[in-house]
Amino acid sequence: MIKEYIPNVDWLIMWQETKNTLYMTGISVLATFIIGTILGLLLFLTAKGNMWENKAINLVISAIVNIFRSIPFIILIVLLIPFTTFLVGSMIGEDAALPSLIIGAAPFYARMVEIGLREINKGVIEAAKSMGATTGTIIWKVLLPESMPALISGITVTAIALVGYTAMAGAIGAGGLGNLAYNYGFQRGQNDVTFVATVIILIIVFVIQIIGDIITSKLDKR
Amino acid sequence: MGDSMISIKNARKIFPSKQGELKAVDDVNLEIKEGEIFGVIGYSGAGKSTLIRMLNGLELPTEGSVTVAGRVISKIKGAELRKARQEISMIFQHFNLLWSRTVSENIAFPLEIAGVKGPQRKKRVAELIKLVGLEGRENAYPSQLSGGQKQRVGIARALANNPKVLLCDEATSALDPQTTDSILELLVDINKRLGLTIVLITHEMHVIRKICHQVAVMESGRVVELGPVLDVFKNPQQSITKRFVQQVSEPEETKETADHLLEHYHSGQIVQLTFIGESAEQPVISNVIRQHQVTVNILQGKISQTQNGSFGTLFIHIDGDEGEVKKAVDFIRSQQVGVEVVAND
Repeated sequence: MIKEYIPNVDWLIMWQETKNTLYMTGISVLATFIIGTILGLLLFLTAKGNMWENKAINLVISAIVNIFRSIPFIILIVLLIPFTTFLVGSMIGEDAALPSLIIGAAPFYARMVEIGLREINKGVIEAAKSMGATTGTIIWKVLLPESMPALISGITVTAIALVGYTAMAGAIGAGGLGNLAYNYGFQRGQNDVTFVATVIILIIVFVIQIIGDIITSKLDKR
Repeated sequence: MGDSMISIKNARKIFPSKQGELKAVDDVNLEIKEGEIFGVIGYSGAGKSTLIRMLNGLELPTEGSVTVAGRVISKIKGAELRKARQEISMIFQHFNLLWSRTVSENIAFPLEIAGVKGPQRKKRVAELIKLVGLEGRENAYPSQLSGGQKQRVGIARALANNPKVLLCDEATSALDPQTTDSILELLVDINKRLGLTIVLITHEMHVIRKICHQVAVMESGRVVELGPVLDVFKNPQQSITKRFVQQVSEPEETKETADHLLEHYHSGQIVQLTFIGESAEQPVISNVIRQHQVTVNILQGKISQTQNGSFGTLFIHIDGDEGEVKKAVDFIRSQQVGVEVVAND
């Protein structure tokens, strides 16, 4: 019966492309989390009044972050084609989408990390210093755990943005549900394929949001 | 009380600001003995926060030197300074606990920093929880604790590595009076049991009165008065010190009461008596009445305990023959009691 309404949907392909979307999202979220956290920490630590206060480094990182955060994603993909080809060996396929996804999302996430870190009570950092903690200890045992709810809700928002980015990357040959919707839905006029791909993307987004919310509320003991 | 534990020599801290230089600490010299509870009192902005932060190297003096437990804190850096800080702990006005950790985990934090291993750490945490009276709250998060309980965690955490010095940064200023008293009692108890040297800064004179042996009064970066608490109470020199002493010796309404009484009693004299140490325990009033033909009416009084003796004020109205009243006042004066005749003004 369902077949009547969605005659063009091939579930095998649909499942394959869902897996591709999940693969691109998963890897890029993981890499964004790591790179963004490092950049966010550097932004925070080199800012005025903090442990590694350094105006020059802070300005440079800040500039890089702002530039990459401002370039529209679809343009960023095109700009990064030589870099991607050099790194992955091809500009087509899921792996080829990863560099642009990560470079597009990490600076965005870095700013969220920085905001989360700034919200930590300065007194707690002072207390750790007064106990004789090294900067490494302060990062691992104070800054990261105390900002974890903010880091997790930040990565949830970023992951959802990344699902959208993978669909855009699909338009230029990365595969995934975006690519499916574009090739079948748009170019061949099979609106039912676009519709089903959209529903699956929505489900992915909702699931990410729910998982993020659960983890955040579990971690937040304030 | 033993040797010198803390020595501050000609310490100065100058912050550059838009209005020119700000002298937060200006040529301060202090010697604090081992096992002493040393209080620094001053209004906000007097430089006491900066001063206490020099003792663990959170602030470096612009000039002068700071020595704590044999280490020149103002000179050492890096690993040596971090090692020294494990012997100079600090508790804070706003507790500064990690909200992401339970009571036990918060207390374990300085032990982790000091590299104390698992089972030993657990044992020490249990001891500390017992010491500060937090049994049963081990697995609570700071957000589930009252202010007093949070400060107890702060104190347990500060004591974890058996420090030689405990710095208290307005440790009771965010607590209600009753909780303040229980925290102060805990500090005295720790001082006696562990022989810990305690330095505390506050703007509340009753904190000084209750637990300190020595007090330094700070005003715009300078120590303007210094000495044993009882001496300072007995004989405050500076006007700022007098104001602080009044915080505890005279209830707010005293001045009003005195004015009111002066209107009512036209004969005789209203006298403010100040008792210090042992004289507070002498039956001065009885003796006055027995030996002189006067009537004595007690108007208002208060006796406070300090760490080195009691301290009290009493307002009385003495009436009778003018000559007898004068003799009575002279008699009280001869009894090592401070006497001040409250006059009509």
